[in-house]
Amino acid sequence: MSRSGEEVWKNSTEKINSELFTLTYGSVVAQLCSDYNNNYNLVNKQLDSMGYNIGIRLIEEFLAKTGAARCHTMKETAEIILKVGFKMFLNITPQVDNWSLDNRQFSLILNENPLADFVELPSDAKDLWYSQILCGVLRGALHMVQLDVSVWFVKDVLKGDDITELKLKLNKILKDEVPAGED
Amino acid sequence: MASYYFTIIGTLDRPLYELEFASFKNPTAQGVPGKSQFSASVKEILPFIANSSLDVVEDAQWNSNQFHLGKIDAFFGLQVNGYITQGNIKFLLCYETPTNANLALHAKQDDTTLKQFFNEVNDLYVKCLLNPFYSVNDAITSPDFDLRVKLIVRKYL
Repeated sequence: MSRSGEEVWKNSTEKINSELFTLTYGSVVAQLCSDYNNNYNLVNKQLDSMGYNIGIRLIEEFLAKTGAARCHTMKETAEIILKVGFKMFLNITPQVDNWSLDNRQFSLILNENPLADFVELPSDAKDLWYSQILCGVLRGALHMVQLDVSVWFVKDVLKGDDITELKLKLNKILKDEVPAGED
Repeated sequence: MASYYFTIIGTLDRPLYELEFASFKNPTAQGVPGKSQFSASVKEILPFIANSSLDVVEDAQWNSNQFHLGKIDAFFGLQVNGYITQGNIKFLLCYETPTNANLALHAKQDDTTLKQFFNEVNDLYVKCLLNPFYSVNDAITSPDFDLRVKLIVRKYL
């Protein structure tokens, strides 16, 4: 039996102070930027791969706590990611929009982004996707349930856009097999 | 219409932010509202006046348990008010003494509004400090910070 995101968030999620969380993530990103001498493309890549490593572990916890059953369509998958996944880990519920005609690609619209509170990007950081780690997490988590996806940011309020938007595209459904490592 | 010079000084006595403005209250016909009317000779020594009062701030901080230190210094008709944050960042506000007769009344009003002004700027400074890309003693270049300081200025001074 699967449980709702609300229920999991209320009863079985360990909670930490949101400022501690935000500032910790902020320090990680700022440190990466200085380590890579402000080469923001490398920073994005590193965040993505950190996220991937989180995602492949996080999916286990997700499945254990929610008891979610196998999804049959991408629409179902999207619903679960939004209403259960984001809810139970970040207590936010993004909107889904812009389905492609073949139902393999959609947009996630984040009305609030707990990672990005207090943040103001440096003026030269045009290439930095500050919350890129989310892309990695989604990619990693879905990889472990045999969905090969690409996830990327298209808009971010930090860059002066009106909304924060991620695109998620299903590349292929993997056969049940041991997934190859990231590297 | 009093003119003001506001500056934030870091722990290494370097200025992080500065702003010159005039009161928005009782604007007179002359000049643009909000534009400071320091004379050219005063204008160029304002940073020196502010920095010269740092010693006084450092003495005053041990005699008071308030963050707002009040009027701490004066220099040829320019008053200097100070505020010190928990992190030892100094906010200084220099302004011209009003020449009108009800000086005492003015000073009394000023003290409470200045306190509110400093408190709000402090809140703003803390928000700026929470930005992971800002570290202590960096110059504050954020246009958003600038705008918000100006809004606070408009509200109180």
